[in-house]
Order: sequence, then structure tokens, then C-alpha cells
Amino acid sequence: MPGSEQDPRAAWPARLHVVTGKGGTGKTSVAAALALGLAAGGRRTLLVEVEGRQGIAELFETEPLPYEERRIATAAGGGEVRALAVDAELALLEYLDLFYKLGAAGRALRKVGAIDFATTIAPGMRDVLLTGKVKEATTRTAEGRRVYHAVVLDAPPTGRIGRFLNVTAETARLAKMGPIKTQSEGVAALLRSPMTSVHVVTLLEEMPVQETVDAINELTALGIPIGKLIVNATRPPLLADARVTQAELRRGLAAAGLPTERGVVAGLHAEAKAHQTRRALEESLRLDLAELGRPMVELPLLPEGVDRASLDKLTAALLTPQ
Amino acid sequence: MTEPVRSGYARPVPSLDVDRILADPNVRIVVCCGSGGVGKTTTAAALALRAAERHGRRTVVLTIDPARRLAQSLGLTELDNTPRQVKEIDAGEAGGELHAMMLDMKRTFDEVVLTHTDPVRAAEIFANPFYQAMSSTFSGTQEYMAMEKLGQLHARGEWDLIVVDTPPSRSALDFLDAPARLARFLDGRMLRLLLAPARAGGRSMFTLVTASFNVFTKVVQKIIGAQLLTDLSGFVAALDSMFGGFRQRAEQTYRILQARETAFLLVAAPEPDAVREAAFFARRLSEERMPLAGLVLNRVHHTAVDLSAERTLAAAAELDELGGHEATAEALRVHAALAQQTAREQSVAAVFTDAFPGVPTVEVTAQPADIHDVDGLRTVGDALSRR
Ligand SMILES: Nc1ncnc2c1ncn2[C@@H]1O[C@H](COP(=O)(O)OP(=O)(O)OP(=O)(O)O)[C@@H](O)[C@H]1O
Ligand SMILES: Nc1ncnc2c1ncn2[C@@H]1O[C@H](COP(=O)(O)OP(=O)(O)OP(=O)(O)O)[C@@H](O)[C@H]1O
Ligand SMILES: [Mg+2]
Ligand SMILES: [Mg+2]
Repeated sequence: MPGSEQDPRAAWPARLHVVTGKGGTGKTSVAAALALGLAAGGRRTLLVEVEGRQGIAELFETEPLPYEERRIATAAGGGEVRALAVDAELALLEYLDLFYKLGAAGRALRKVGAIDFATTIAPGMRDVLLTGKVKEATTRTAEGRRVYHAVVLDAPPTGRIGRFLNVTAETARLAKMGPIKTQSEGVAALLRSPMTSVHVVTLLEEMPVQETVDAINELTALGIPIGKLIVNATRPPLLADARVTQAELRRGLAAAGLPTERGVVAGLHAEAKAHQTRRALEESLRLDLAELGRPMVELPLLPEGVDRASLDKLTAALLTPQ
Repeated sequence: MTEPVRSGYARPVPSLDVDRILADPNVRIVVCCGSGGVGKTTTAAALALRAAERHGRRTVVLTIDPARRLAQSLGLTELDNTPRQVKEIDAGEAGGELHAMMLDMKRTFDEVVLTHTDPVRAAEIFANPFYQAMSSTFSGTQEYMAMEKLGQLHARGEWDLIVVDTPPSRSALDFLDAPARLARFLDGRMLRLLLAPARAGGRSMFTLVTASFNVFTKVVQKIIGAQLLTDLSGFVAALDSMFGGFRQRAEQTYRILQARETAFLLVAAPEPDAVREAAFFARRLSEERMPLAGLVLNRVHHTAVDLSAERTLAAAAELDELGGHEATAEALRVHAALAQQTAREQSVAAVFTDAFPGVPTVEVTAQPADIHDVDGLRTVGDALSRR
């Protein structure tokens, strides 16, 4: 189709896509769909999770992911999605090894719980390690070429995203010098550059929308680039401006050969009304989101839920110019 | 001519009689737990309101991170960590009272420190940057402090009924596990070991790793900075007198939770993750011999129209062809979506009810909008008691 030749991925220019949102709004599903979309046509993307949830493995119905980049799916046109579950403890060991050659002693420390302890007493350190690993993958090259066309991070929820991404301030407080300091400065620079884009997933419900507004304000104040608002699980606009009467329903039911008794008519009428009330609320939430002035993408509610097969529908919707 | 809506339930599930629990003078504590976002806070507040209005009980509800608008309508505008009476209730003849509070975990932590040590030491601890970071961000602090606050309210003996909300966490189990984890950490050997390897170095279990531990301490110092370890060391020294106390307090509250006066209500939404969590939690409660009173299945959809989704959708397509019945066709599609959702929710819920057929259950209908005021809570309370 000439004229529509422009690559829909042009709408997603960043190299590091951070996907956040209130818990349960669809972060993992959206991150996976985006990683698939950006891998299409022979590219390679990395889908990363950092919360020890194994959400990616669950979605793709595979064994729990190790701390190792593994191919998890192939994308349309020969692309490849790899997945990585970053483990803070192992990232710390990897890191210690890089600078201090701990070797077997490192493993012994892990056994007695010392590594866990160290990442616990300094929660900021955990985040530095996690984001550090994400940065490493994003900027990694082999033979002069980027290993990953894009990295998609299934990030912590909105309530914690500011603290998670704002590594420098946190670690500058803890670490006055040394490799962690240097590393966190590098990460902070990447996260504040046009290479990064933070997308916020929301549902058309009050709390997720409220948290979206709060997160956008927080990230803006931190100087972290915000990408799109992704409105997930939206329903088709039924009964948008129709006024439904019981008389009309009765006629329609009769025409379709369905029962027209009182209970059915009144029941359908009540359901239609409740649906319209809900719709009006959703419309006003949509306006609240629009006021944020960010590009919005709407994804459909998938009646069968999200699995590997239905994920393609989310991918298609993400890449449809809206 | 109508066909029944299919239900996922294999057998009838006993229904949960919330009013019996709220009216029972022997029940002094109701704990609402469940995974994130399922409606714990809403359920806790609705139950407390109902206990006060319908059952004449002097009730206090301990909420944790309530939604802003709900907090406002309960008069919880100030985080002062003490219960405030909610005046806008309609207790009628019954003479009940509703008091509400919002947990301030930092302040609760401060209170624990103050009761266990002298003012000079306490001041030292409060000024410690590590304490400041930990008392507001450490994972598990919120759970520990919720338990602590429950213990305090219980000890005051001022209320007929304490309704407890639990912190927003992914896993409902955190409420039971986090306090012990924090107590272990604060009482911890690791803490002493890391800060004074020489002191504990002689212990056989650690001799093997003592050498690497010394390296490790140096490395940690290098990476996170010596300052943090110094702060931590100061914190531990100041807290030394309290070691043991943390664990003991956590254990005390744990025993209250096992007592007969406590009823656990498990809240879940009809979604796979929430129901799976609820099943984990129910199993765990029975292992801990903690009394599970029932399951609240919240935000459930219902339909009163006995027409299957398939049949309705076919009829809608027919009307499209006929023309002139657009509104009915759309109303039918609205119903079809609702019927599908209802069927899906029932089969998700059956995962729990099949595994725990003896656990009484009540379904609370999803309201069209969020619950932010006393009227909304009353509606939820009525739904909780509909049997
Ligand atoms: N567009 C959609 N249509 C239908 N179901 C969806 C949709 N998006 C997500 N879901 C379902 O909602 C649930 C939550 O989705 P997901 O796990 O992606 O959210 P999350 O934000 O990563 O959650 P968490 O905060 O627990 O990590 C899952 O059961 C998923 O299948
Ligand atoms: N039956 C219901 N119908 C409609 N909305 C509801 C219902 N129950 C709860 N809600 C809404 O769902 C949202 C989450 O509820 P609530 O805050 O009580 O959950 P929670 O389990 O305490 O969450 P968290 O784990 O974040 O503390 C709120 O906006 C609340 O108003
Ligand atoms: Mg997830
Ligand atoms: Mg809550």
C-alpha cells in the first residue's frame, strides 16, 4: 500500500522503553506486546523484568526465566524477542566479580545470606543494580553494532517508579564515591536522555487514572522523558448516544424472536442504563488523561484474556497510528 | 423459554453471614486481607460502619493507605496515628460508634522505639539516617507496624470491635510474614556479624566464611560507602537494648491473630491472580491455626437476564440485518458482554470454592463507580450482608 509505507515503529523511537502503571493494569502484557512489535521484520529486542515475579514466563507459558538472556518468542517477519529476569543478588555478584574478583567466596557469601542482606539494608542499591543491568543491555554492542534494537522494561508500578528511576539522588546519598557512584551517574544520564521513554499503562478506572496523573507529574519533575499513555482494556463504544426505552427493546426482542416478557425487557433495560453510567464515567476519565497532553494509545479488552496468541492483537493495536 | 446462566460452581457454596460475625460480642478483631487492589480497605471500612450502625458496637477501623477521597470522607485528613470518631454515621437506637484511623508507619515505629528505650537513646536513634530511611521505606516495615498498631489498639481495650485493613502488597501472605522477617532482621545475627565480624567470628557455622566476610565487609564499604555502615553500626548500638523486643512483640500480636476472638476475612476479586493468592492464603491460615471466617468475592458482575451470550449475539446480528433496531442490537451486545464476564468470573471463583468447599463466601457486586463516601460504604455493607 503506497502512502502508508511509513514504519509504524517510527512512533516508538526510543531505545529503552520503560512500561509502568498501577498494579494489575497490564504492564507485563503491554511490555511483551511492545517487545514483539519492535522486533518485527528481523530485529531483536530484549524484554526485561526486575521484580522477581516471573510474569514474563507466566505469560509465555515457559519455565521460570534464569538470570540469562533467552529467546522467548519470534516476531512477525523473522524478528526475535529475548527475555531476561534480572535478579538483584546475582547482579551484585556479577558486579562484585567485575571489580573485585570474589570468585567462590562470593558464592559462599550468597549461601549465608550476606548478599541478600546487603541488597536489603540499602534498598537503593538494589535499584542501582537492576537499572545498571538494563543500561548495560541497552547500550551493549557486538562487532560495532547494537545487540538489541530496543529494550523493553516491565517496570515497577507507578507508586514506586519515581524512586526506582531516580537512582542518582538516592545513591548519591548512600555512596559518596566508588564504582556504584560512577555507575549510577551513567544510568541516570541514560534515563534522562531521548534514548529513554517511560510509558504509563492505565485502565479507565479512577485509581489507575489518579496514579497515572501522579506518576506523570513525578516523572516530569525528575526530568525523565515520558512517552505514551496506554489505555488498556477498553470496550467498544456501545450505546454511545442512544436513548434506550423499554418499548423499543420489546419491539426489537420480538423482531429477533427473543422472549419479550417483563423480566427480560426490564433486565436488559437496567443493564443498558448501568452500561451508560459506566461509559459516562470512563469518558470523563479519558478527558482527565487527555488533559495530560501526552500521546494516547488505546488497547482493546480481550475477552479471552491475554496469552501468546491474543498478544498479537495488543501488538497490532500498539502499532496502529491513532 | 429462557436458559439458565451457566455457573462455574460445582456445588452450592455455604454463604458467609457477615452480620452474625459483626454482631457476635466474642469477635473482637476482624482482619481483612487479600492481594493488591481487591478491595481490602473498602471492605474493612464498610464492615466497621455496619458494625457501628447496625450492631451498636463501638468500632474502630485501622485503614492503611486508603484512597484519598475515601480518607477525606471518613475525616482522615490528618495523619495523626490515633483513631478519630466519624460523626456522619447513622447509628440510630443501636448506639454504636465508628472511629477511624490511618496508619502512620514512621510514627508507629517511633512509638515502639520510645517505649523500649530512654529518651536520650531514642533521640540518637531518630537522628540516625539509617533509621530514617528504614522507618519509612524498608519493605516489611508497613506490615510490622500494622501488627504493632493492632497490638496497641487491642491492649487499650476501648473498643468492642477492631477492624483491620492490611497493607497493599502483591501477596496477601506478606502480612503474616513481613513482621517476622523485619524482626529477624533487627534481631539479626547477620547485622551483628556484618558490623563486628570479630565478635561472632568464633562460631563454628561462620568460621568457614569469616575470611570472605571480612573481604565482603570491605567491599560493601567500598561500594555503598563507609558512611552507611557507620550509620548502621550506630543504629545497631543504639538499638542493642531493644534486640529481642522486636521479635517478642511480633510474636505477641501473632498470638492475638490465632485467638478465638479474631476472624479473618479473605477478600478477592474474581481474577485469576487474586483467586490464586486467596487460595495460598487460606492454606496458610489453616497451617497457622488462624481462623478463616470466609471469603468476600468483591467486584463481581451479575446479570438478571437468563439469555446466553451466544443466543444474544446471534439475535443482535439478526437485528443488524433487519435494520431499524440499532438500540436493541447494542443493548443485546452489552448483555452478551456481561453474560460472558459473569461466566468467566464464576469459573475463576470456582478455583477457590472447589479447593475450599467449606469456606463460606459472599459476593459483592461491582458498583458502577468507586466507593468514596459513607453512603457508598453503606451500599457495600448491604451487599456484604445480602444472603
Ligand atoms: N487488554 C486486555 N484484555 C484482557 N485482559 C487483559 C488485558 N490486559 C491485561 N489483561 C489481564 O489482566 C491481568 C493483569 O495483566 P498484567 O499481568 O499484564 O498486569 P501487570 O500490570 O503486569 O500486573 P502486576 O502489577 O501484577 O505485575 C492479567 O490476567 C492479564 O491477562
Ligand atoms: N464493590 C466495588 N465496586 C466498585 N468499586 C470498588 C468495589 N470495591 C472496591 N472498589 C474500588 O476499587 C478500588 C480498590 O479498592 P481498595 O482500595 O479497597 O482495595 P485494596 O485491596 O485496599 O487495595 P490496596 O491493595 O491498594 O490497598 C477503590 O477505588 C475502590 O473504590
Ligand atoms: Mg506484571
Ligand atoms: Mg488498601
